[in-house]
Amino acid sequence: MAAGIATGWLLRRRSFKFINTLLIVLVWALLFFLGVEAGENQAVIDGIKDLGMEALLLALAGTAGSIALAWVLWKLIKRKEGGGR
Amino acid sequence: MKGSMIIVGFFIAGIVVGVLHLLPPMSSLGNISLVTLYALIFLVGFMIGNDAEIFKKFKRLNRLYMLLPLMTIVGTLAGCAITTLLLPHRSLSECLAVGSGMGYYSLSSVLITQYKGAELGTVALLANIVREVITLLGAPLMVRWFGKLAPISVGGATTMDTTLPIITRACGKDLVIVSIFHGFIVDFSVPLLVTFFAGL
Repeated sequence: MAAGIATGWLLRRRSFKFINTLLIVLVWALLFFLGVEAGENQAVIDGIKDLGMEALLLALAGTAGSIALAWVLWKLIKRKEGGGR
Repeated sequence: MKGSMIIVGFFIAGIVVGVLHLLPPMSSLGNISLVTLYALIFLVGFMIGNDAEIFKKFKRLNRLYMLLPLMTIVGTLAGCAITTLLLPHRSLSECLAVGSGMGYYSLSSVLITQYKGAELGTVALLANIVREVITLLGAPLMVRWFGKLAPISVGGATTMDTTLPIITRACGKDLVIVSIFHGFIVDFSVPLLVTFFAGL
């Protein structure tokens, strides 16, 4: 990643529209290979329902946690701005 | 939204190919997914370095807003840590590794597959896609109930690209730079945190 930032910075005067396209194609390729890997794995195929539930649970928990702290920070910012005026 | 659907489509196509053994086993192909991943990370870095304006914009940001990425990371990890209690067969570090993806499903799922195998990698992929979908669909409601920072926090690493349009619409133009800054910082933390927890 550091190498990428450095290269990007050195070439910052030029425009690289195609990078976005390349990025999307790479993500597609990556997810395809990931699917192949998961599909070859019998344990994953057998447990897909349980894995889905786990994923949903973790997603909701992470979402709830980040909402809670973002709310706290929002209240804090609002109070400071209100007091400053 | 359409973008994530296409991505899910590729994943499903991959599963079908894997189940039917249409390709030689992945293990015989060497580290093809790892090489793809490195190329991807390089390109992400390239784009950040290529945007000369981005650092100048960050300097004008209110200090308190700079705490948001920290809130996101701590909140997500706390939530996932609690989930460990409900998933007795998963260790704390496994739950935290999945949570550390923070919506960056492509990167986190591949990293976790490398470290922990395809099973947890699949959980990571699904969990982080769900998180992005929650952001895309729930942003207006979150703003109403929990303030304008909530959708940015839930968006995690995606708030500088995929979820930025919806956040802009739900939170207003004032918070665009907060959203980009947040996505930028969280983006960086994903590979670090995921490899850290997956390596434990």
